[in-house]
Amino acid sequence: MTRIHMAGAGGLLLDAADGPFSDTTQRRIWATSRELNTRPDVLQTIPGVNNLLVTFDAVQTDPSAMEELLRTVWTQASAEEVPSREIVVPVVYGGAFGEDLALVARFANLTEEETINAHMAGRYSVAAIGAMAGFVYLTGLDPRLAIPRRDSPRLRVEEGAVVIGGGHAGMMPCTSPSGWHILGRTDLCLFDAFRPEPGLLRLGDTVRFVRAS
Amino acid sequence: MIEILTGSSLNTIQDFGRPHAMAMGVAQGGAMDRLALSHGNLLLDNPVDAAGIEIVFFPFRVRFHAETSFAVTGAACPATLDDLKLPRDWAITARPGQTLTLRAPEQGARAYLTFRGGLDVPPVLGARSTDLKGGFGGLEGRALQKGDRLSCLAASTLRMPAAGYGLTRPCPLPPADRTRIRVLPAAEHDVFTPESLQTFHSAAWTLTPSANRMGYRLEGQNVLKLSRPLSLFSHGILPGTVQVPPAGQPIIQMMDANTCGGYPKIATVIAPDLRLLSQTVVGTPVHFETITRDDAVQIIRREAAELIRLAAEIATLRTQLVF
Repeated sequence: MTRIHMAGAGGLLLDAADGPFSDTTQRRIWATSRELNTRPDVLQTIPGVNNLLVTFDAVQTDPSAMEELLRTVWTQASAEEVPSREIVVPVVYGGAFGEDLALVARFANLTEEETINAHMAGRYSVAAIGAMAGFVYLTGLDPRLAIPRRDSPRLRVEEGAVVIGGGHAGMMPCTSPSGWHILGRTDLCLFDAFRPEPGLLRLGDTVRFVRAS
Repeated sequence: MIEILTGSSLNTIQDFGRPHAMAMGVAQGGAMDRLALSHGNLLLDNPVDAAGIEIVFFPFRVRFHAETSFAVTGAACPATLDDLKLPRDWAITARPGQTLTLRAPEQGARAYLTFRGGLDVPPVLGARSTDLKGGFGGLEGRALQKGDRLSCLAASTLRMPAAGYGLTRPCPLPPADRTRIRVLPAAEHDVFTPESLQTFHSAAWTLTPSANRMGYRLEGQNVLKLSRPLSLFSHGILPGTVQVPPAGQPIIQMMDANTCGGYPKIATVIAPDLRLLSQTVVGTPVHFETITRDDAVQIIRREAAELIRLAAEIATLRTQLVF
C-alpha cells in the first residue's frame, strides 16, 4: 500500500515500500521523479529506496493540490528502464580501514574472509543518491550481511569508507557522521563539486567491489 | 576589502544554500536563521539571499580596509564599530581602518554580518554557502580564519545616516528560559507508543552541546519508543525533520543535514520555527507543539508577506532618513 506522508508543510514523502526492496517499484519511483521534475511547481524530487520525497513552495502551492498531483503521477507511472554503466570499486578490506569487519562477520556467522567474499560477490545497483553529496544507496547486498544500522551514529566516518547498513551497501564520499558499519576503504573520488558531473555514479549504474591491488 | 581578525572552525559564509542540489545528495545548507540574513540584506538594499557571514563563535572581529556599508542582525550581541556601540539589527557605513567587534550574545546564538553588494566568493553548485562537510562553497569550502580577506560584489554606494539606521522591531529571538517549536506529524508519528507521543508533546527537551549546522540533539528524561519494530528504507529528509534513533532521544535535522536517512521520524519543525531553534542556546528547554498543516501554511505565508512588507518599509525609511 502506497502512503503519502507530510514532510513539513512544503514536503511530501511517498512511501511505496512493501516488504523487501522491489526493483520494479524503484523504477516507478524514478519515472515519477522524472515526470514531477517537469512541473514548475515542484522544487525538488529526491528518490529514496522505494520512496520519493517531493518539495514545493508552500507559499505559492497548496499542499493538498500537490498531494493530489503526486498521487496521480505515481498511479500513472510505469517502471522505466534507465541506461546502466558498470563501475568497479577497488577496496582495501579490514584492518585499520575496516573496523567493523569482525562485528559484521560475527553478525553473519561467517569468517572475516567469507564476509569480504560475500561483499565482493554482490552485483549492486545504484537505487538512490543522497544523505551526503555523492553517496549512493546500493541494492544487491547479500542478505546475510544485512546488519541493522548502529543504534547511535558515529560522529566521524572517514571519506572513502566502504560501508553497509540497513540492507544496503555504500561508500563515504566525504568524512561525515554515519550509522553504517565500516568494512574497508576505497580511494575512488565519488563526488567533486567542480567536475562537470559532480557525482561519479548515476541512478541505475551497476557497482562491483574488488580487492585493491 | 574586509579582513577577518578572529578565526574559528564555525564562522562561515552563508546565503540561502542549495535546495536544487539535494537530488545529488548535497545538503540544502544556507543560513540557519534565514530571516536574520534577509533582514541584514534588506537594510543594505541587497537581494535577500546575498551571502554574508554566519557567526556562532565570539568574540568576532573584522577590519574594514575600504569604505563598506554593513549590517549586524540575528542574535543580540554587543557590537562596536571602534568605540561606537551599535544597536541591534543595525546597518552603518564603516570607514577604512575601522574595526567591528561582536561579543558573545546576550540572547540568541547566531549573528549575521552582511555587506552592501554581498560577499564575492565564487558560487558552487548554484550558491555561495559554505558546505563544511563537502568542503566546497564559501571561502575555499572552509570556516573563516584569522587573516582571511573578503571582498564584496560591486554595488552602488548606499546612502544612509552617518549613525546608521536599523529596524524598530528586531528579528524575534527565543526567550532565554524556553523555546517553543511548532511541528507537523511526520511519517512514523503514529507508530510511536501513546506514552511516547504524550512525552514528546509534554516534556521539556534540553538542547545538548551536540548541536551544529547538521543537527541538534535533544535530551529528555523519558525516551521515545516505537510500538513495533520498524526497519525503514532510506528516504529523503528535509531540514526540520525530527528523527528518533533507537536510543530514543530526538535529533532535529538542521540546514547541513544529510539529504537522506533511515531513522523513524516523529515530526517536522515548521520552517519559521527552525530559525528559532537555531537561535536557541545549549541547555535551554525546548517544547514541541503539534499544529495542523493548514495552520503551518498560514504561518509560512504570513511570514513571507511580512518580509515583503518589511522590505517596502525599510526602503521608505531609508529615503526619509537620508533626504
